[in-house]
Amino acid sequence: MAAPRHIPILLLVISSAILLLLLGVAEADEGGEGAPRGRRLLVLVDDLAVRSSHSAFFGSLQARGFDLDFRLADDPKLSLHRYGQYLYDGLVLFAPSTPRFGGSLDQNAVLEFIDAGHDMILAADSSASDLIRGIATECGVDFDEDLEAMIIDHINYAVTDADGDHTLIAGDDLIQSDVILGSKKIEAPVLFRGIGHVVNPSNSLVLKVLPASPSAYSANPTTKLASPPSLTGSSISLVSAMQARNNARVLVSGSLDLFSNRFLKSGVQKAGSKMRHEKAGNEQFVTETSKWVFHERGHLKAVNVKHNKVGETNEPGMYRINDDLEYSVEIYEWSGTSWKPYVADDVQVQFYMMSPYVLKTLSTDKKGVFSTSFKVPDVYGVFQFKVEYQRLGYTGLSLSKQIPVRPYRHNEYERFITSAYPYYAASFSTMGAFFIFSFVYLYHK
Amino acid sequence: MAEPGSSTAAAGDGGGRLRNAFGGVLCAFTLLLIGVLAFSIRLFSVIKYESVIHEFDPYFNFRVTQFLSKNGIYEFWNWFDDRTWYPLGRVIGGTVYPGLTLTAGTLWWLLNSLNIPLSVETVCVFTAPIFSANASWATYLLTKEAKGTGAGLMAATILAMVPSYISRSVAGSYDNEAVAIFALIFTFYLYVKTLNTGSLFYATLNALSYFYMVCSWGGYTFIINLIPMHVLLCIVTGRYSSRLYIAFAPLVILGTLLAALVPVVGFNAVMTSEHFASFLVFIILHVVALVYYIKGLLTPRLFKVAMTLVISVGLAVCFAVVAILIALVASSPTKGWSGRSLSLLDPTYASKYIPIIASVSEHQPPTWPSYFMDINVLAFLIPAGIISCFLPLSDASSFMVLYLVTAAYFSGVMVRLMLVLAPAACILSGIALSEAFNVLTRSIKCQLAKLFDDSPAASGDSSAESSSASTASTNSAKNENRSEKTKTIPKEKPSKNRKKEREVAESVPVKHKKEKKLLVLPMEASAMGILLLIVLGGFYVVHCVWAAAEAYSAPSIVLTSRSHDGLHVFDDFREAYAWLSHNTDVDDKVASWWDYGYQTTAMANRTVIVDNNTWNNTHIATVGTAMSSPEKVAWEIFNSLDVKYVLVVFGGLVGYPSDDINKFLWMVRIGGGVFPHIKEPDYLRDGNYRVDAQATPTMLNCLMYKLCYYRFVETDGKGFDRVRGYEIGKKHFKLTHFEEVFTTHHWMVRIYKLKPQKNRVRGKLKKLKSGSKTSSTIAAGRNKNPWQ
Repeated sequence: MAAPRHIPILLLVISSAILLLLLGVAEADEGGEGAPRGRRLLVLVDDLAVRSSHSAFFGSLQARGFDLDFRLADDPKLSLHRYGQYLYDGLVLFAPSTPRFGGSLDQNAVLEFIDAGHDMILAADSSASDLIRGIATECGVDFDEDLEAMIIDHINYAVTDADGDHTLIAGDDLIQSDVILGSKKIEAPVLFRGIGHVVNPSNSLVLKVLPASPSAYSANPTTKLASPPSLTGSSISLVSAMQARNNARVLVSGSLDLFSNRFLKSGVQKAGSKMRHEKAGNEQFVTETSKWVFHERGHLKAVNVKHNKVGETNEPGMYRINDDLEYSVEIYEWSGTSWKPYVADDVQVQFYMMSPYVLKTLSTDKKGVFSTSFKVPDVYGVFQFKVEYQRLGYTGLSLSKQIPVRPYRHNEYERFITSAYPYYAASFSTMGAFFIFSFVYLYHK
Repeated sequence: MAEPGSSTAAAGDGGGRLRNAFGGVLCAFTLLLIGVLAFSIRLFSVIKYESVIHEFDPYFNFRVTQFLSKNGIYEFWNWFDDRTWYPLGRVIGGTVYPGLTLTAGTLWWLLNSLNIPLSVETVCVFTAPIFSANASWATYLLTKEAKGTGAGLMAATILAMVPSYISRSVAGSYDNEAVAIFALIFTFYLYVKTLNTGSLFYATLNALSYFYMVCSWGGYTFIINLIPMHVLLCIVTGRYSSRLYIAFAPLVILGTLLAALVPVVGFNAVMTSEHFASFLVFIILHVVALVYYIKGLLTPRLFKVAMTLVISVGLAVCFAVVAILIALVASSPTKGWSGRSLSLLDPTYASKYIPIIASVSEHQPPTWPSYFMDINVLAFLIPAGIISCFLPLSDASSFMVLYLVTAAYFSGVMVRLMLVLAPAACILSGIALSEAFNVLTRSIKCQLAKLFDDSPAASGDSSAESSSASTASTNSAKNENRSEKTKTIPKEKPSKNRKKEREVAESVPVKHKKEKKLLVLPMEASAMGILLLIVLGGFYVVHCVWAAAEAYSAPSIVLTSRSHDGLHVFDDFREAYAWLSHNTDVDDKVASWWDYGYQTTAMANRTVIVDNNTWNNTHIATVGTAMSSPEKVAWEIFNSLDVKYVLVVFGGLVGYPSDDINKFLWMVRIGGGVFPHIKEPDYLRDGNYRVDAQATPTMLNCLMYKLCYYRFVETDGKGFDRVRGYEIGKKHFKLTHFEEVFTTHHWMVRIYKLKPQKNRVRGKLKKLKSGSKTSSTIAAGRNKNPWQ
């Protein structure tokens, strides 16, 4: 009789133990303390030789603490998730020519991976398959449809031994963004050999990180040009970055060689330029952009949204019109190792009901706290504190907090209005006069 | 049918006192039974369905009552509701008629303090039946003031079961009208009582009762216009008396002051033209009172001189006042009239200018059958009642006639105001029936007396007790003589004695002796007449019970239908609201057409964009526009309002006719009234509204069509709409910006969720077909969808 009584307790103990274990595992999965992204990357390659030919890039990732899992793209055991949990936090897709992935992986799986908030580096080259092109298109990047075409630039090419080959581009027209490319300026041109793509100018999610020069065009280098090339000039992008609405980041490069040891190590001399750089800008470029892609930089978080009446500390459930209130939010930026206070002077808060009634710039104390105070407008309704902070390279901050604003209560109005005193006097004198009149009328004989 | 009252006033001897006492007990007992009848005939809805709040507005009242019982009266007064009219909110404390809520709240509080733990909902459900019993009693009092106890009981009985009133006061129909009709009749009773007695006490009570009416219902303007009209009528017909002054003047002053205390009325009590009639009559009354006073002071010759002077001055003043008033009124854009009042005077006004008023079915003019449905045989009895009110015409009976005439006019404008007509019809029918019974039973008594008795009692002596009719007749004849005397005295200052006599004379129904002799009908005719009247009454009762049981008891949130395989219950509304309350976030916003706003806030406890309190036309038009727009535009509109879910009511599967597709043209009209890019003709094919293959592309692409008919073809393979009676126009389509999250069992309510913005924006190229090695130029089908 005793055993069944113990079974529930036993079960409880076991289940709590399992729970603790699971919690421990979950905590272990988080890379670093409170880092925005984990550190497990899946690297898909066409050929395991890429692992050695691009070892410098992979080495820099591993040196930063990433845990790389190299797989052939057609590995039949390939899978991004198991039991509803993603096994990886990021994807490096260095398999341009693979016609289809192995295992359960396909284009939709990759896109779902991104839509679940994960990051990806995608590199193509002239052998890019429809699969890779399809993924890129879904991310808003359209590779040149001419399968034989490469980017050719007869002006901004890098000087090489093989004369007349102008497919090795030396790009130095990088995007002006410290967040994406790091604060240290990339001096040397970035070597690029591969295919170009275009992005839709109306697409606000995609950035051209490395646009082609105005003299570039996309054509088959081995044949003569029969017709004008479809992609020309600076509308071509060589490397683009996409930050999705859920802040998943994708870097699309038309060149796999961009990441290769050869380009990373080689020197570069741009055509028409006297200066020869000992080392191409590629190493810095790929390191910095990979930092950005994997959320080691440019990731903002907002915590502790607080608002209260001036002079109080508790957050009320409702404001009254014309109340004075204080609003504050703490914004931190991930530096790669820890959360540092974010410093900016352009964070704004809206007090919003169908349109912003109040728009104030938040002032920062340089310790991450952004605050302001303002008067609630003389309009009642259901308002929102809205912070919409979208800056180039940074993750978007979109905070909204609903707060109703009520009109005055019936006893919050002034009891006596100064300008109405004549009326008070009039009514009371009338009442008095009527009383006297009644008295006189009734008792005067 | 009891007739004890006709002799109450005439009693003098001991036997009469006994009869009086007996009559009084019988009367009280009858009244009790009438109350029970009025209460119990309204319980069909509870028995046939369940104890549940009905329809739309009652849900709001219920929610307000819950708030009141939970938070107290001050919180209620200051209540700013942020869960409706998002994001504007609604100041409920200042925009609601609090009478009903306070009544039910008080009732609940009282019961709870007596340790009777009823839920708020139960109290709300039974408030209307309780108050219809009260209304019957008030009717008794009012009619008694005019025509005596018999007519009073008759009228109370008729009112207890008049279908028009039942339609608004069945158990569960927890709406303002439930208590307002009682307040209306009671105010009229107190007015007539004051008019008959000249007592300032009743005048004060009258003002308080008027205050209760103002608290309860917007229909109080009917009172404040009808009573001045009656006062004016009395003045014009030379019936001015100090009693009239006392009946009216305190009501205007106190009533207006009290009305201004109700937040929703406030300064409207002195600033809108609905109230101006009373002020104008107030001035006229004072002028007339002054004239009578001066007349008493002066000799006739001097009076004539003074008269011309006063009239000329008075007219000048009046003209000045009227001119000022007209100027004031004309300077306001709607001429000082609110839309609903204007639609009373000009029945076509609303449908011409205010689609939101015209869209409500109860604001439409009634049809003839609805008169027969709602007041049944009373329609035929009313003329007889009017005639008997003129025999003789007293202040009270003239008030009845005036009430009937005005109510009949208003009921012809708006079907909802049939409710105001019903008490008038009941009172006059009660008077008519009571008079008819009076005449017929008296005839029988006379005939019987002639047959069985040759004693001189038959000739009209008052010695025998057996013929009470003759007693009454002689007594009343005496009274009549007296009253004739008082009347023949020219209009001098009446002494107190005479005044009293006159009141007595008027309070009892008086008949001419000669007439009375003529009115003795043959025995057979009388018996036949009584029989026919009873049959008529029987028809009325049968109709009323049928109406109460079948026509007016449906709670409209639960529907039933009988078919060959038994009773079907459609409980889809509550299913949907329960789903919303269990599966959505507390702060999620639900958009639907405004009809379902109150129910959503009360039953699902979710924030709504618009509700049945149609105070903001633009907001409703925004929702109407969204419903009549294509998906993408609708998504943008709804997203800008933070809407998460869209709820539509669809009856095509089960044949429920009052669904959103049938209401859709009103959405288009109301939307188009504010946003002119929505044009009604775009939704009509050759002036016909249809959703079959002939429908216009605009119609087939609008959000309402898509949300109603999404996946509809999967039910029967053809997409046959059972309300419209044809197959729908566009059967297979996909939703791009909305996703279906819930559809109730009978598809009557369908809930959709707004899809979130796409995480990524696709490139412009179509997905490349694998295997195509040729370098195609830019793909033809541009399937870009960058809605950012």
